[in-house]
Amino acid sequence: MKQFETVIGLEVHVELATKTKIFCSCSTEFGGKPNSHTCPVCTGMPGSLPVLNKKVVEYAVAVGLATNCKITQNCKFDRKNYFYPDNPQNYQISQLYLPICRDGGIEIETEDGTKKTIGIHEIHMEEDAGKLIHDEWGENSLVDFNRSGVPLIEIVSEPDMRSADEVIAYLEKLRLIIQYLGASDCKLQEGSMRADVNLSVREVGTEEFGTRTEMKNLNSFKAIRRAIEGERERQIDLIEAGEKVIQETRRWDDAKEYSYAMRSKEDAQDYRYFPEPDLVPVVISDEWFSEIKDRQPELRTEKLERYKKEFQIPDYDANIITSNKRLADIFEETTAICKNPKKVSNWLMVETMRLLKEHEMEIEQITFSPENLAKLIQLTDNKAINSSVAKEVFEKIFSDDIDPEAYVEENGLKTVSDDGALRSVIEKVIADNPQSVEDYHSGKKKAIGFLVGQTMKAMKGKADPAMVNQILAELLN
Amino acid sequence: MANIISDETIEYVGILAKLELNEEEKEQAKKDIGEMLDYIDKLNELDTSAVEPMSHVFPVNNVFREDVVENGDGREISLANAPERKEDSFVVPRTI
Repeated sequence: MKQFETVIGLEVHVELATKTKIFCSCSTEFGGKPNSHTCPVCTGMPGSLPVLNKKVVEYAVAVGLATNCKITQNCKFDRKNYFYPDNPQNYQISQLYLPICRDGGIEIETEDGTKKTIGIHEIHMEEDAGKLIHDEWGENSLVDFNRSGVPLIEIVSEPDMRSADEVIAYLEKLRLIIQYLGASDCKLQEGSMRADVNLSVREVGTEEFGTRTEMKNLNSFKAIRRAIEGERERQIDLIEAGEKVIQETRRWDDAKEYSYAMRSKEDAQDYRYFPEPDLVPVVISDEWFSEIKDRQPELRTEKLERYKKEFQIPDYDANIITSNKRLADIFEETTAICKNPKKVSNWLMVETMRLLKEHEMEIEQITFSPENLAKLIQLTDNKAINSSVAKEVFEKIFSDDIDPEAYVEENGLKTVSDDGALRSVIEKVIADNPQSVEDYHSGKKKAIGFLVGQTMKAMKGKADPAMVNQILAELLN
Repeated sequence: MANIISDETIEYVGILAKLELNEEEKEQAKKDIGEMLDYIDKLNELDTSAVEPMSHVFPVNNVFREDVVENGDGREISLANAPERKEDSFVVPRTI
């Protein structure tokens, strides 16, 4: 039985978080009425002139620096020619000859802890195409050019990955870096991050690469994993049957778990690139370059180290919190107010995660404010509410971002700290439960737990358990 | 003419450019492209080893826009030239 190795390289498209398109001042906002964010430039009207958005260059350089690339300080755009109804100019402005970033790489760590560097061949800037909607009833397709001209960077990796695990680790790392930079929100489902998988197989031990195919239409990590496994098997089956893998683009159908060939041979991929005559070259002076460099925010690795040192939180906590930019931001903002990093970390790691899971939500969908979480922590620190009340209040903060102070006040949830009132309730509990008292005195110290429970019940949860324990012990002895 | 364009080449270029040429037009295009290539060959006779590759005709670089939204709703102006529209979308022959 022959052993096969999978060789994978990725082309990742990322929509940049600019307010306007790459070559015109139309909005990039998602969800507008069809064609409302369009103008003569992004609909390819003859005679219109593209003007480059400076922010696109800065984001591209920032991503390049964060992925250890060399920056092409003299770069330019090229014209890629092809006809398709989502492409109004009949060409896409992209970069072929002098891409803005080259020769980088990032270190990934797979689940079993193996570390490996995945090379980045290049990163180039380009414009997105429009969106085609297929009319369910009619014989036509409809085109919306709102997305036409939205800035993209395409990150082309080296064929350095050998498994779906490595691909996912690479994409997660890339996504984290770009989110930390604020260059994109990188949402696979919404298409602001899209990955095309170039895959080939070869017999273990051979140097030469096999013929590769390119797979498109992968919009979740799960789909990417299934597509890689499905395509690997399809290619191995072909080779073992003595047939040949054809170099082609295939479209992954996640529902059918199979990929289909997309382009036929007659539709040759000959893009006839040439230098874009409507745009002048981009020269990144040393001065501009260092300005961008100085603005680089703290990335995940640095943040992780700082959290451990500055906030004294355990490695495990710091790892989880910094694994998502939004979570890290909430952590820092809340800690800045309540000065209790360990408690903030606990609320995020335990209750927040539990509620996210329960509501099938992503971290990005968190709506509560750091102010209200900080107030809740202060209420527990001051022993104004006990931990079970706090959990209840937190659920309200999580769902409606309520002000915990007002909520506790309005609903009478404050812990009864009046020693006298609590004492009389406990006295009554003792009087009502002679059996437990007897058990306690005969050495079953656990019986006190039942009495604490009864007291909490009588107090409707609004007592400080430590205080209940203390008074109980005192009265029983 | 030193560069002879074959029928296959002109056919292929026609497919890429989405142009349908009749026989007469094909012959003319073959001649035109051949002459253009001859001209390029002539340029290649010059020694350009000491010349920086030029990427633009004017010695201008870094023409940028700030990232500020200035365009409003462009539906009517963009759709004014649509051969066919349905509500706010362009209608094209079915793609899949």
